[in-house]
Amino acid sequence: MAQDIVLKENKKSMVFLKPITTIFKGKLSKEKWLLSAKKTGITLASVLLFLILWHFGSQALYNKEANYKINKTLKEQGAAAAEAERACIYSGENNCQPNTLPSPLQVWQSLQLLIADHYVIKADKKAFEEKMFATNEALAAKGKKKITYTGRPSFIDIVLTSIKTVFAGFLLALLIAVPIGIVIGLSPFLKSAFNWFIQIFKPVSPVVWYLLVFMIVKTLYIGNSSDNSFVISFISVGLCAMWATLVNTAMGVASVDKDYINVAKVLKLGTFQKIFKIILPSSLPLIFTGLRITLSVAWMVLIAIELLAQSPGLGLFVWEEFQNGANDSNSKIIVAMFVIGIIGFLLDRIMLSVQQMVSFNKNEAI
Amino acid sequence: MAYLELKNIYKNYGSGDATTEVLSDINLTIEEGEFVAIVGFTGSGKTTLVNLINGLITPTSGQVICKGKEVKETSHERGVIFQNYSLLPWLTVGQNIFMAVKEAFPKKTKEALNTIVEEYVEMVRLTPAINKRPKELSGGMRQRVAVARALAMKPEMIIMDEPLGALDALTRGDLQDEILNIWGKDKRTALLITNDVDEGIYMADRIIPLRPGPKATLGPEFKIDIPRPRDKTALNDDKNFKDTRNAIIEYLMDIGDARKSEIQEQIILPELEPKSFVGYFKS
Ligand SMILES: Nc1ncnc2c1ncn2[C@@H]1O[C@H](COP(=O)(O)OP(=O)(O)OP(=O)(O)O)[C@@H](O)[C@H]1O
Ligand SMILES: [Mg+2]
Repeated sequence: MAQDIVLKENKKSMVFLKPITTIFKGKLSKEKWLLSAKKTGITLASVLLFLILWHFGSQALYNKEANYKINKTLKEQGAAAAEAERACIYSGENNCQPNTLPSPLQVWQSLQLLIADHYVIKADKKAFEEKMFATNEALAAKGKKKITYTGRPSFIDIVLTSIKTVFAGFLLALLIAVPIGIVIGLSPFLKSAFNWFIQIFKPVSPVVWYLLVFMIVKTLYIGNSSDNSFVISFISVGLCAMWATLVNTAMGVASVDKDYINVAKVLKLGTFQKIFKIILPSSLPLIFTGLRITLSVAWMVLIAIELLAQSPGLGLFVWEEFQNGANDSNSKIIVAMFVIGIIGFLLDRIMLSVQQMVSFNKNEAI
Repeated sequence: MAYLELKNIYKNYGSGDATTEVLSDINLTIEEGEFVAIVGFTGSGKTTLVNLINGLITPTSGQVICKGKEVKETSHERGVIFQNYSLLPWLTVGQNIFMAVKEAFPKKTKEALNTIVEEYVEMVRLTPAINKRPKELSGGMRQRVAVARALAMKPEMIIMDEPLGALDALTRGDLQDEILNIWGKDKRTALLITNDVDEGIYMADRIIPLRPGPKATLGPEFKIDIPRPRDKTALNDDKNFKDTRNAIIEYLMDIGDARKSEIQEQIILPELEPKSFVGYFKS
C-alpha cells in the first residue's frame, strides 16, 4: 500500500526532479543517502574531469597557434617583429590573440557578458519606448503603425525566439501528424494510398524542407513587407519533425489490442465513440512516444533552419558569431552550444514525464 | 420457443492448408430461464463457442438463433464475461463499469448510472478499489470487475467464459451465489463455461461436456435434478449430486484417456542411440 502511494507520487512529479524531490521529502534511508551522494559525486567528478581536459586541450591548441604565429613572423619579418608579436600575444592584447578553441574560463566569461549585455539592451529598449511613447500615441491615434525598437536582440531574446519557433513547429507537427495518423491507421486503404508519400518525404533533409517552404511562403508573402523568417522557420521545423508522430500514431491506431475492440463491439459503441473511447486512449502511449521524438528532432533541425531562414534565433547567432570572427566569438559559440544542449535535454525530459503520465502497462493491464 | 439455438455449427479458422477445424456439428438448445454449463478441456474451442453465441464471430456453417432470429452481431441482450477480463487499462474500475452501463441504459441520468455502478462494485466487493486502474488490481480482482461489468448491464442472457477461474474458493463461492441470485431474480438465461465440474453441478440445470478438439463436438448432456436453492455443504452428502458428479467425471476421464492413447499412437519414437562424444573433438 505504502509503495503504491510512493509510485503514484513519483509518476506525477517530473521524473528528472526525482532525486531532488526525494531528498526534500526526507524519506531517504541512510543507504539511499549514501548511494545518491555517491552518484552525485561521480557526476561532479566527471564534470570536473571534462573541464580539466577541456582546459588543457584548449591551452595546447592556444600554444600551438601562438608558436606558429611567432615563427611565421620570425621568418617573414625578422627577430624584432617576432619578439613584438610574442609580447603582444602574452600581454593578452585583443587583436593578436590566436583564434582557437576557447578555454572553459573564457566561455564562462562570455556567458556573463552575454547576460550583462541582455540587461543593457533591455534598459535601452525601455528608454527607447519611453522616448517614443508620445510619438507612438500620436501615430496610433492617426491609425498608423507604431515605431518599434529595432536594435539587435540580446542573447536571452535569441534563446526565447528559438524556443518560440520550436514550439510553433511542434504544434504544427502535432496538428498535422496526429489527425492524419489516426485516419491512416484506421483505414488500410488510406494507408496504402499514403504510404509512398510518407516513405518518400520522411528522409528529406531539413535544408530541402526549408527551401520548399521558402518557395511557397515567399510567394504567399508577395507585396507584404513584414518579416516572414519566423513563419518559414517554424513551418520547416514542423514539416521536418512531424514524421515520427505520423508513423507512430498510425501504428498505434492500427494495432489496438483485439480485446479492446471486442469490448467496443460487445458494448455496441458507435464509430465515434469507438475511436474516442477505445482506439485513441489505447494508442496514446505510442502517440506520445512519437511526439517526444518529434520535439527532439524539431530542436535539432531548428539550428540549421534558423541559420538558413535568417530567423533571429540560436542558429543564426552561431552562424553570425562564426562569420564575425571577433575575439570572443568562439567562446560565444560554445556558450550557445551548451545552451542548445541543455534546453534540448530539458525539453526531452518534459516530454518523457508527459509520456510516462499517459502510459499504462499494456501487458500487465489486460 | 427456445431462447437460443445452435444448429449444425461448424467453425474453422484460417483457410487453405492452414485451416484449423475447431468446432464440428454443434447442436444445442437453451430454453428461456435455463442455466446451462459447458465443461471442456483447454483448447477445445470453448471461447470460440462463446464468441459465436455473443456474435463476435460467425460460424463457417450452421446457424446461431436467438429468440427466433439469426445472430449476426453482438447485442446488449447477451452480456458476456470475457475469459481474459478485457478491462480497459486507462479507465478505473468504476469508469470501466460506467462505460458499459451507459451504453446499456442510454436514457438514464448520470446519477442513476452511478448508483448502478456503485451497487455492482459493492456486490463484487471492490468498493475500496473503485478508483484504481486494472493494473493495480490482482488477477482475481480484475475478474470480479469483469463480472460486475457484464452483470450491471442486466442482459437477458449471461454468457460466462470461465468467469471465476482466478478466484480463491471463498470469493468464488460468494460470486457463484451472486450470479445465481441475479440469474434467478428476473429469470434470465445463462451459459457458463467452466473447468470445474462441482461448480457446474452447483449452478446449472444441465451440464454438457465439450469433447476435445480439433473438430470438437458436444457430448451427451447431464441433467442436474437437484432442487434450488442448493446448499453447498449439504450437496456433498447428496446422493444425486455424487452420482451425477461421478458420471460426468468418468465421462471426461474416458475421453481424456482416449485422447491420450490417440496421441501416444501417433507419436512413434525414432530409434536412436545416444551418441558418444568422447574423443569426438580430438580426431
Ligand atoms: N483467431 C484464431 N485464429 C486461429 N486459430 C484460433 C483462433 N482462436 C482460437 N483458435 C484455435 O482454436 C482452438 C480453440 O481455441 P479456444 O480459445 O476456443 O479454446 P478454449 O477452449 O477457450 O481454451 P481455454 O480453455 O484455454 O480457454 C485452439 O486450438 C486455438 O489455437
Ligand atoms: Mg477459452
